[in-house]
Amino acid sequence: MTTQWFGERVERREDQRLLTGAGRFLDDAGHDALGVAFVRSPHAHARITGIDVADALDVDGLVAVYTWDDLPGRLADPLPLLIPHPDLTHPRTQHALARGEVNHVGEPVAMVVADDRYLAEDAADRIVVGYEPLPAVVGIGPARSAEHLVHADVPGNVAAVTTQELGDARAAIAAAPHVLEFDLAMERSLSSPLEGRGVHARWDADDQRLRIRTSTQTSTGVRAAVASIFGLPDVAVEVITPDVGGGFGTKVVHPYPEEVLVPWAARTLGREVKWVEDRYEHFVSATHERGQEHHVRVGFDDDGVILGLDVEFWHDTGAYTPYGIVLPIITATQLPGPYRHRHYRVTFTSLYTNTVTCTPYRGAGRPQGCFVMERTVDRIGEELGLDRAEVRRRNLIGPDEFPYDFGMVFQDGRPLIYDSGNYPAVLEGVKDLVGWDGFAAEREAAAAEGRRLGIGLACYVEGTGVGPYEGGHVHVETNGRVMVATGLTSQGQGHETVFAQIVADELGVDAADVYVTTGDTRRFPYAVGTYASRAAVMSGNAIALAARQVRAKAIRIAAEALEAAPEDLEIASGVVQVRGTPSRGIPLAQVAVLSNPLRYAFSKEAQAATQFASPPDPEVPPVPEDDEPGLEARDYYSPVRSTFAAGMHAAVVEVDPDTGEVDVLRYAVVHDCGPLINPMIVEGQIHGGVAQGVAGALYERLAYDAAGNLANASFMDFLMPYLSEVPTPEIGHLETPSPLNPLGIKGAGEAGVIPGSACLAAAIEDAAGVRIDRMPISPPELWALIGEEAGT
Amino acid sequence: MSDVVRAPSPHDLHEVVVTVNGVTRSARVPARRLLSDLLRHDLRLTGTHVGCEHGVCGACTVLLEGEPVRSCLTFAVMVDDARITTVEGLAGPDGELGPVQRAFRECHGLQCGFCTPGFLLLTTELLARNPEPTDGEIADALGGNLCRCTGYVNIVRSVRRAAELTSEREPPS
Repeated sequence: MTTQWFGERVERREDQRLLTGAGRFLDDAGHDALGVAFVRSPHAHARITGIDVADALDVDGLVAVYTWDDLPGRLADPLPLLIPHPDLTHPRTQHALARGEVNHVGEPVAMVVADDRYLAEDAADRIVVGYEPLPAVVGIGPARSAEHLVHADVPGNVAAVTTQELGDARAAIAAAPHVLEFDLAMERSLSSPLEGRGVHARWDADDQRLRIRTSTQTSTGVRAAVASIFGLPDVAVEVITPDVGGGFGTKVVHPYPEEVLVPWAARTLGREVKWVEDRYEHFVSATHERGQEHHVRVGFDDDGVILGLDVEFWHDTGAYTPYGIVLPIITATQLPGPYRHRHYRVTFTSLYTNTVTCTPYRGAGRPQGCFVMERTVDRIGEELGLDRAEVRRRNLIGPDEFPYDFGMVFQDGRPLIYDSGNYPAVLEGVKDLVGWDGFAAEREAAAAEGRRLGIGLACYVEGTGVGPYEGGHVHVETNGRVMVATGLTSQGQGHETVFAQIVADELGVDAADVYVTTGDTRRFPYAVGTYASRAAVMSGNAIALAARQVRAKAIRIAAEALEAAPEDLEIASGVVQVRGTPSRGIPLAQVAVLSNPLRYAFSKEAQAATQFASPPDPEVPPVPEDDEPGLEARDYYSPVRSTFAAGMHAAVVEVDPDTGEVDVLRYAVVHDCGPLINPMIVEGQIHGGVAQGVAGALYERLAYDAAGNLANASFMDFLMPYLSEVPTPEIGHLETPSPLNPLGIKGAGEAGVIPGSACLAAAIEDAAGVRIDRMPISPPELWALIGEEAGT
Repeated sequence: MSDVVRAPSPHDLHEVVVTVNGVTRSARVPARRLLSDLLRHDLRLTGTHVGCEHGVCGACTVLLEGEPVRSCLTFAVMVDDARITTVEGLAGPDGELGPVQRAFRECHGLQCGFCTPGFLLLTTELLARNPEPTDGEIADALGGNLCRCTGYVNIVRSVRRAAELTSEREPPS
């Protein structure tokens, strides 16, 4: 009997080392490296009038101070524009160190290298930078009014304007019996992984190789950028991703200035150099997200069926656009959610501000799109006096309507076509789980006790597993160990475990015998990265395909050795055997030995593969023409387009009108990401996503003052939730396979966070009886809204 | 007199002797050296992680004479002669996971693993003084540490499970 690993709650391979303090995070190695500190701008917008480093030179242990003037060649150019787009007419990227002007608080101005970080900070403190402050543009309002400009050569602070349209939304709205028009907004937050960024580099002068360890979501991206900027051959740059203490999007940006400066300093100085971000630096120099303002017009019929939707929105992209306009494109294209739209128009303007650059944070534009769509559906229900779940049901795409083609272009440049799903079943599931139909009585009973309860619901569709591709390499060693490598990186998702499960099934081995390496360019040089809930779909399928090749080869070799027909063989418990006759079998380890014809035996088992071990066929070379030595294979998976996962969240909250406090009493999630490889891990992803969704709805926002100072740049003031603030969600799963990939799977990494603000806004509105049109909402804000409502 | 007494310098080194996980270790460090840096960089016990360096996230929690402290808010020179437990001290001598560690693995109480050492030590201390904590007592004990991955759901489950495993291992006498 063969063990099935796919679908099982397999304990994680990663945990042994992480639980014993034996993990290897960025700062856990390189103890003898030089330390780095950066002088960062205290101004949101200023001209640099001079940099005086004289005082710093007296610090014992100082090794080097660098400013922009010191940077050679392409290192002095602006950093790469990672994702160009035809509509991004005014892209701007930063210099690795500021060149004459700073555009946000936290922008690096000078780099200090010293014997350790303490001394580097001592020296950094003594560097005097002269600034001539310029007017700061902070927030979408001032950016739109463009009284002042972030970049003098970018008119109106406009980086890009994009419009996509399905049908004729404006005509459809004009002809609709009901029309609503309103504004919705969401504020800024940030990924805030517990481990910040960090880079450690070593130049090996003997081998002429640069080895970089960086806490990134894309090691191949860093490698390509560094090789290109430094003019080094790709093979001379090795990028290794160690254990990474969370990413949530912000670590996909590359190269961050530090990712080119630290390797450059290591090469220039001929010393190991390491920089580890502190928490303040993370707040003011790792990327942010979410700040958007939206204007919505919707037309609908008497039944609540949407006839036309016209959305215009303004995206705060911060000081620079290294990641292009991916975020607002995702909002624009994921906003339609699970609903049938015949007429949808969306236009956005991406605006520069003197704040930290915005790039994807888990959810990546979807929480805003979901907030807009779901608040819109709630308003339709309110306007018509219809149950909010019923309005949703009437607009849902039916299970028989897939593939569902929106006639739009998705964030990967591919058509926006939903592959599969069963949205009505998800809706029924979440209604049951939260107790939607019985809630009226519950609310009434609570009201009788003077308590104000409300219920909310929010639906989303998430394009996951975007291309272009990932690859996998599977190698059965002669000791029976199965070594697997894929190029994308891990930040806690359990890739070592789920990829081992996939390979264990494909090869008929124990998952404990499968060893997975991710994010190491030495092991797998072609990869894209971990973002967009894509790792399981992309690398999972690539690894499965590679494992299938290995399996076929193992069976071919074993068939010869056993003198059996290949079709009669199976692999079970690591033994290739005649089906049903385990006595006629050969272990995979031995097949691996036979796959590699030897002159020199290295063990007793290996003697079987040597030249005199068995009489050869004199006419066939030891490695036949169309074969390769070794029991290994490499394969790639590249999808025609994304898969689309979906889900719905529902919450019951209690609002205290005297304090504005919100208590989440129940939180229900029904989620469909296709077949689950490891339900324990998927549930963990949902738990974490829900926590970030609740955080984004009730606690977390980045508070910039008008001068562009980030007023809450610490964990003291940025309210990341503790255990006491996060509800325990009840979770239900649907498993609608994707027709697009061999395993039928969809991504699950980001889903949990997407509908949090939409769902809680609906529930709070229902409980408090006040309009919630911007998130997050704090107790004082809610209290004020309740007071205004009572006063009118 | 003042010409013979040299003013103390921040770079002066001080001998610190600590017993970490039962092993006595020493290092010469400047007065401003944080305990977290002493453990991680001088003693090379990198299991203790630093998440904020201002005492809010709790990732750097270690046990000092059995009590949880934030090693990023503690100077190394303050713990001279003290007894410290770090995450490296929670497994058995043969590397076998202790009950708290096993519970976190079984219940998927960690994802990226960066905050985990702090939670493991808080749980160890909690169960040492309160073998059967209620959910409220678990929240009190762990409610000051941040995790960005798990939403805390499985951390709480892990603590409950750790209580079971601990009582199985050490039946009440």
